[in-house]
Amino acid sequence: MIEPHFPILTCLILLPLLGCVPFWFMKTSRAIRWWAFVLSLAEMMPGLYLLRFEMGTADFQFVESVPWVTDWGLQYLLGVDGISLFMVALTLLIFPFCVICSWTSIKGRVKEFHVSLFILVSALIGVFSALDLVLFYLFWEAVLIPTYLLIALWGGNGRDQAALKFILYTLAGSALLLVAIIAFRVEGGSYAIPTLMSRSFSFRFQQWMFVIMALAFAVKVPLFPFHSWMPGAYGEAPVAGSIILSAVMAKMGAYGFLRLGLPLTPDAAQYFAPLLIAMSICSILYGGLLAFAQSDLKKIIAYSSLGHMGFVVLGIFLFNLNGVQGALIQMFNHGITTGSLFAVAGFLYSRSGSHNLSRTLGLGKFVPVFMGFWGFFVFAGFAFPGTNNFVGEFLILAGAFERNLWIGALAVPGALLAAAYMLRPTQKMAWGEPATATGWRDMIPREWVSLVPMALLVLYLGLAPTLFLKVINPSLKHMIGALESRGAMTLMVDKNILRTSNNRVPFDGNAGGGGHP
Amino acid sequence: MNIMLLMPELFQLLMVAALFVQSILQKEGAAQLKKWLPWAAALGVIVCYGSLAQNGLLFSGTYRLDNLSQFFKMTVSFGFFLAVINGINQPLLEKEKKCDYFLFMALSAWGLMILCSTVELISIYLALELASFSLFPLVPLRTKSGRAAEASVKYMFIGGVATTVGLFGFSYILAAQHATNLQQLMHMPWTWSHSPMAVMGLILFLSGLLFKLAFFPFHFWAPDVYEGAGNETAAYIAVLPKVGAVAVLLRFSPFLKPGLEVTTILALLAAVSMTYGNLAALLQKDVKRLLGYSAISHAGYLMVGVVAGTPMGAEAAAFYAFSYVLMNFACFWVLCRESKDGKNLMLKDLIGLWERSPGLAFVLAVGAMALVGLPPTAGFMGKFFVLSAAWNRGCNWLVVIAAANVAIALFYYLNLVRYAYTKADGKPFEPSRSPTESGSVWMVSVGLFLAALLILFGILPNPILRMFS
Repeated sequence: MIEPHFPILTCLILLPLLGCVPFWFMKTSRAIRWWAFVLSLAEMMPGLYLLRFEMGTADFQFVESVPWVTDWGLQYLLGVDGISLFMVALTLLIFPFCVICSWTSIKGRVKEFHVSLFILVSALIGVFSALDLVLFYLFWEAVLIPTYLLIALWGGNGRDQAALKFILYTLAGSALLLVAIIAFRVEGGSYAIPTLMSRSFSFRFQQWMFVIMALAFAVKVPLFPFHSWMPGAYGEAPVAGSIILSAVMAKMGAYGFLRLGLPLTPDAAQYFAPLLIAMSICSILYGGLLAFAQSDLKKIIAYSSLGHMGFVVLGIFLFNLNGVQGALIQMFNHGITTGSLFAVAGFLYSRSGSHNLSRTLGLGKFVPVFMGFWGFFVFAGFAFPGTNNFVGEFLILAGAFERNLWIGALAVPGALLAAAYMLRPTQKMAWGEPATATGWRDMIPREWVSLVPMALLVLYLGLAPTLFLKVINPSLKHMIGALESRGAMTLMVDKNILRTSNNRVPFDGNAGGGGHP
Repeated sequence: MNIMLLMPELFQLLMVAALFVQSILQKEGAAQLKKWLPWAAALGVIVCYGSLAQNGLLFSGTYRLDNLSQFFKMTVSFGFFLAVINGINQPLLEKEKKCDYFLFMALSAWGLMILCSTVELISIYLALELASFSLFPLVPLRTKSGRAAEASVKYMFIGGVATTVGLFGFSYILAAQHATNLQQLMHMPWTWSHSPMAVMGLILFLSGLLFKLAFFPFHFWAPDVYEGAGNETAAYIAVLPKVGAVAVLLRFSPFLKPGLEVTTILALLAAVSMTYGNLAALLQKDVKRLLGYSAISHAGYLMVGVVAGTPMGAEAAAFYAFSYVLMNFACFWVLCRESKDGKNLMLKDLIGLWERSPGLAFVLAVGAMALVGLPPTAGFMGKFFVLSAAWNRGCNWLVVIAAANVAIALFYYLNLVRYAYTKADGKPFEPSRSPTESGSVWMVSVGLFLAALLILFGILPNPILRMFS
């Protein structure tokens, strides 16, 4: 597993930071934008090195381990496995997309905007590749300030309040995460996630740790009822901000569940799973209903995002392969489709000057190509067969029915709602009267460049998800396997659960409980 | 006795003597002062750095030189250097008083340096008095300010009461344990059931130090004194006495075994201190008052490292104290540069700072985020070390409260950033508020240097930790 190799992950984290330096010498915003674009593409070049990822193993790869603060047990430990690889890839993919989408929408303080964006991308890659808990937390919180600035400086009219709510809410959620991390070190002897994954903790300890972590992650996802910061932040942020918030940062929470919640506290995860499932089903239905009631284009996408992320968390807490596979695929796909929808909404805004649905009517006649792209991503958004979201959502629903008929039955209306709330604005936009789109320009080359790759990805992942599954399966199987075996062990040992469970397992059962001769 | 062991103290004393001579010889010595004092103070830092490794026990076991004392001496001299370059041009100080002002400041720093090394109750008390008394005259030295006079009376009065209470406590300790040397006291029982008088005495004695630290319930002076004193004086008072107090408290920290009454009381007060400070700061409009309340809450965080009672806890508190010097000076640096004619700075005066001076705005943002404890700043590392040292030492609840407090604190520190960056006052950009007015390139670059150090030690804390051990 560990062989000397190119420190690719460090390179990916440092490149955007170093890329900020030339901004110092640039005067015109044109030069700044071009440099940002070139750098965001250049960031993908070392990303190609990740193609050397070895499939068929659940081990962490591209591992970099450097002593950091040895007295305190800190280690600079990076690495990716099947779960995090696609999150890193998603960040790399969204990066140039964000730069293009803010080409004209950002007018003032262009330099500062791109510096914030670069720092944000660097921190996001750090979150997805950190294998040391403190390093993880460091990147996790480092995301906050650039995001705050993105919303507060370049956002819409309500930006100040929205940004404040975002940062206070998310920091309040994750403040205790640091305590959990310290407690893990004291109990488990290390901050390294791979080491901690092989330890088993007492059930009581797991419960506390899981609650603290789940709070931080649920706020970030966001999951009902911790979502109230989301519509404001998504709605008021500039286009690039909305894209990166929904496409990548929402995944931080779900990734946290997959990386820390399930492997480190498996028993507590099982214990709390009904609660998390209930919360995610609430998100799906509530988000869907709210999206149906919105008249603001960005708010519709924001609430739809709540529903989609509900599906993701639902998939994670089903604890079967289908569900988790679906969740991970959905995480990636939601990034692509929601990002694209926000981008199209941003392009429309540059023409209409408003996000309100009543100002974007009758596009079908005047800007047909535009409408075509919007429609395409909308279909992907409500998981039309053949598009990428279908794969994820189908797997999650399959997993849900596999686990419990009622969970599946409750989640299905969410999928129906998605079609309804997506088609309602689409219909108005295409054929609404009186048309407001008269005299608008149809797609310009820059918009083509940004949307076509996304559209191709939607089709590719929708029609041929095999490669994706091949990469993620070993890691997920390993995780589910560990979850099941360790869960069973603790069930034998812990009397509390025995009493609550219906099937009565004898105390001296032969399931290999700890300490049995 | 090797005189070389005392180099940092002797050098500081030399500086005091030189200031004294200059203050007597020439009344208009301000211009001269500017020429040599910053360099001398910088040399002081180097001298302290050079004597980091000194080790020894002097003056019949009352004066100990070890990594703790030498590290804190260096921190004090570094803070003194920053205070000198920060205050050398202050607008609200008459020229003829300048020499005296820095004389007292240097004397107080000298007292704090001695405080770092004392390991015997009477000498601790004397050093504490030396450091406190020479600070009292600094507060009213703000031209024609009734507020400053009021603040100085408050400071002196509360300080006097606190030290008196400390002396009273000392008499109890002496009566109960018949010893004044910390080395001996350390091995004596400190439980309430065994010797209530000693425990009572210890708590009362520590109150003298808690006053310096602006620790609840000895915090009343902090916001008023910060508000009343000159900006540059407040910067000094906000930082250095705390460093000295922490150094002595760390000498006491081996006493603080988990479960002892003293430990519990200090832990409780730490929790109250940080929560109260943060809650009260939420409402402040005056930046210095805001920092005053923030100081109360940071006293609570420093105490978390002390009540951990382990060498790890001491290391954590030392790192925290050092980063506290950096982050507080970063904020005060911007405040002093931005305030017009030395007046107090309101939050709304920060509006447009981003346009006027992007460099200073950045320094303020980094300083504020370090005070919150957000990565990647030294403030985060300090908080992390302190919390992880205190975990499983019998007060996990304190760690939880400390971590949760970050979420409260974020709001008012973020307000500094918010006003500097995002608020608009509607006025068009005036050329009169050009960057040259709010500070020369040199001034901005010192601030940027502080910000860079904050980020550097937030990512690589090793250099500081190595200095300590």
